[in-house]
Amino acid sequence: MITLDVNGTSTSVDADPDTPLLWVLRDTLQLTGTKFGCGMSLCGACTVHLDGQPVRSCITPVSAVAGRKIVTIEGVGQGRVAGAVQEAWRRLDVVQCGYCQSGQIMSAVALLEHNRAPSDADIDNAMAGNICRCATYVRIRAAIHEAAKSLA
Amino acid sequence: MSNTIRIENESRRRFLKGMAGLMLAVYLPDVLGATTAAGPGVAGGQATEVPPFEPNAFLRIGTDDTVTVIAKHIEMGQGTYTGLATLVAEELDAAWSQVRVEGAPADARRYNNLFWGPTQGTGGSTAIANSWEQLRTAGASARAMLVAAAAQRWQVPAAEIDVSEGVVTHAPSQRKASFGELAQAAAEQPVPAEVRLKEPKDFKLIGKRAPRKDTADKTTGKARFTQDVHLPGMLTAVVAHPPRFGGKVKAFDATRAKEVRGVVEVVQIPTGVAVLARDTWSAKKGRDALQVEWDESNAFRLGSDAIFARYRELAKTPGAVARREGDPDAAFAAPARVLSAAYDFPYLAHAAMEPMNCVVQLSADGCEIWNGEQFQTVDQMNVATLLGLKPEQVAIHMLYAGGSFGRRACKDSDYVLEAANIAKAIDGRAPVKLVWLREDDTRAGYYRPAFHHVLEAALDAQGRLVGWRHRLVGQSILAGSPFAAMLKDGIDPVSVEGAANLPYAVPNLLVDLHSPADIGVPVLWWRSVGSTHTAYSTETFLDEIAVAAGEDPVAFRLALLEHHPRHAGVLQLAADKAGWGTPLAPGANGERRGRGVAVHESFNSYVAQVAEVTVRPDGSFRVDRIVCAVDCGIAVNPDNVRSQVEGGVGFGLSAALHGAITLKDGVVEQSNFHDYAPIRINEMPQVEVHIVASAEKPTGIGEPGVPPVAPAVANALAAATGKRVRRLPIATDELKA
Repeated sequence: MITLDVNGTSTSVDADPDTPLLWVLRDTLQLTGTKFGCGMSLCGACTVHLDGQPVRSCITPVSAVAGRKIVTIEGVGQGRVAGAVQEAWRRLDVVQCGYCQSGQIMSAVALLEHNRAPSDADIDNAMAGNICRCATYVRIRAAIHEAAKSLA
Repeated sequence: MSNTIRIENESRRRFLKGMAGLMLAVYLPDVLGATTAAGPGVAGGQATEVPPFEPNAFLRIGTDDTVTVIAKHIEMGQGTYTGLATLVAEELDAAWSQVRVEGAPADARRYNNLFWGPTQGTGGSTAIANSWEQLRTAGASARAMLVAAAAQRWQVPAAEIDVSEGVVTHAPSQRKASFGELAQAAAEQPVPAEVRLKEPKDFKLIGKRAPRKDTADKTTGKARFTQDVHLPGMLTAVVAHPPRFGGKVKAFDATRAKEVRGVVEVVQIPTGVAVLARDTWSAKKGRDALQVEWDESNAFRLGSDAIFARYRELAKTPGAVARREGDPDAAFAAPARVLSAAYDFPYLAHAAMEPMNCVVQLSADGCEIWNGEQFQTVDQMNVATLLGLKPEQVAIHMLYAGGSFGRRACKDSDYVLEAANIAKAIDGRAPVKLVWLREDDTRAGYYRPAFHHVLEAALDAQGRLVGWRHRLVGQSILAGSPFAAMLKDGIDPVSVEGAANLPYAVPNLLVDLHSPADIGVPVLWWRSVGSTHTAYSTETFLDEIAVAAGEDPVAFRLALLEHHPRHAGVLQLAADKAGWGTPLAPGANGERRGRGVAVHESFNSYVAQVAEVTVRPDGSFRVDRIVCAVDCGIAVNPDNVRSQVEGGVGFGLSAALHGAITLKDGVVEQSNFHDYAPIRINEMPQVEVHIVASAEKPTGIGEPGVPPVAPAVANALAAATGKRVRRLPIATDELKA
């Protein structure tokens, strides 16, 4: 059994140590907001926060995160920055199919936690790991600026 | 257009089709004869509590004041749930905040696409266009019944009653009631025989900003996709597929796969070997441990180079004629000048963010499916045939799709049938979730077909375009499919769309087509279908002709578009907004800059785009800005029109910059996002979208933003470098200074 701290709740799971955190979240804990897109850390759909840093859960073995603080899209909204990001996403109607957006929001929140006034270049750097096949990028950029403004 | 719509009051559900628009002929066996009448939003006739007011198949009003719109089309990103709900809410005079949306069950009798005959499904950018009168009529009818209920309750004339923002009011007596308060009484009212629809000047939601209905759940992780379905006892299946198209299982050894913790069963199915496990990771590990020997005696073994070599040979001979005007041979007999160009377009994968997947549960009396369902009638028919059921015994829950771009409307129901085959192979002992990993999705075929085009233009001594010959070579999507009857005289209309209907006035013109039938790569529609390649070849070639004739590319086009005012309208608007004709700011040291334009109609919508690019000395470049002008008739939701065109630009750019599926000895060479790469945020240009004000009926917007971007960028690159790109994706080494 491996003990995980997910969204502030301690949970024990019975999983092989090499199982990616993604599948423990999705299949075992049924926290399905974190998405599977590539399995190779290429698309960012599976982004969660580990001790406050964005990580790709599809290549993060569950054994490596025991006891560390994991936050998923289901839990992130309680923070002030995440609230501002989600609100900006809604105001600008960023989403299309929506499948990548959990990961986009997790990456955007991590960016704004560290940089409250990101430039377009900062945004491109921080968000380039998150693919959106619907190409909502124009609005992602705008929504991050908008969230930054509301946090200022 | 008349604003009065007669309602055919048949079981209070069916509405007369009020619109004779584009009719896509879809030829399917009559699978609908015995379709059960399930309640709206309930898959396959399962019982549910009777709603207080269900005036028709498209909406339900609860005593809690909620208005639930039943969407017959899938939400896959294009904003259709919001658009369809807008049509109902407009005529109902509901408050936007009280409106919810629910996916319709598979039931073509009530939820067919009015442009597709007796077929339920989403595609061809038809959702809003085919629903335009149907859903407004549904809303108006319900409004009339609410008003009638209020008139009866208050004993006042119906004509004195007003409805606004979900409140029914009789001003003279100062009485008010909410929809919920009137719901039960409204249900007792007769369905009106006819209703009057609003004049456009009275629209309160159409043409305004109505926020998307799916944004909230898609920003909190709550939105439910097929990948998120968990059923009690469900097994997850990952499948080993043959490495080449047409391969089959010869033998397999599951000993080691079965030793993987969590693996429950390993079964052979027609498309490979499925490993079923209690969770996805165990199924994947099981598949990794599986040993399969493939029978490749009938496998397709050509590589992309060999396919294109064959296409180039075919292009030397005449094809089936798709359009002929004037005397093309005479025009080319002694022209002052001839231009010619040949183009290659690779296979393209859809690469939706949610890889294909499907959940199937068998029961004693049928089959239940959870899917990002885009093609209900076709999938019902194919699954029913496989399982020996009647189509109506195949109940389908339409969930959100994490993108599709055409992939989930598979003419052969490929991944849906694979899931059903697995469920069948285990005799329905457990619900099965089929999961394709990214590599499976990339290599599964059903690509945008590869195409080779040859174009020739004849100019007279005055530089006028007097002859145009366009030959296309590529696989037919429709041949051999349930839609094969749409082929006419050997021409697959979706192979030549955008080419055969070239809008430019050329007196002598020939468009012909070869559709090789011996290429074993499965092909399918891919967002904007034929226009993905025809817009590129026609719009870059025309640009080349304009430059050769010494004309401005915009002015040259406008002169040839006299009889196509909507093309000309968007072209002029895009040019004006982009500052066409004004100098571009110079680039940094050694950088070359250029501006290019393209205009194209697809799905009855017209889009022009002006691209601005900056090319570095090594040939690498960035697309700085795309200015778009769109005429899609009445823009039901202008913000969504902008959103779709922004996304279409990004989708088209992905193909132009990076997109290629290539085969080596029949094996697909790409597997994941490192070698089949959609653009990322750092490659996304600024995008401006300008919408032409229009009183025409709404036409499609999910696809038409895609076709112009690649030719506009290529024309900008040519303006910057003098070099014409004739093969996609764009090879930057050809653009070196």
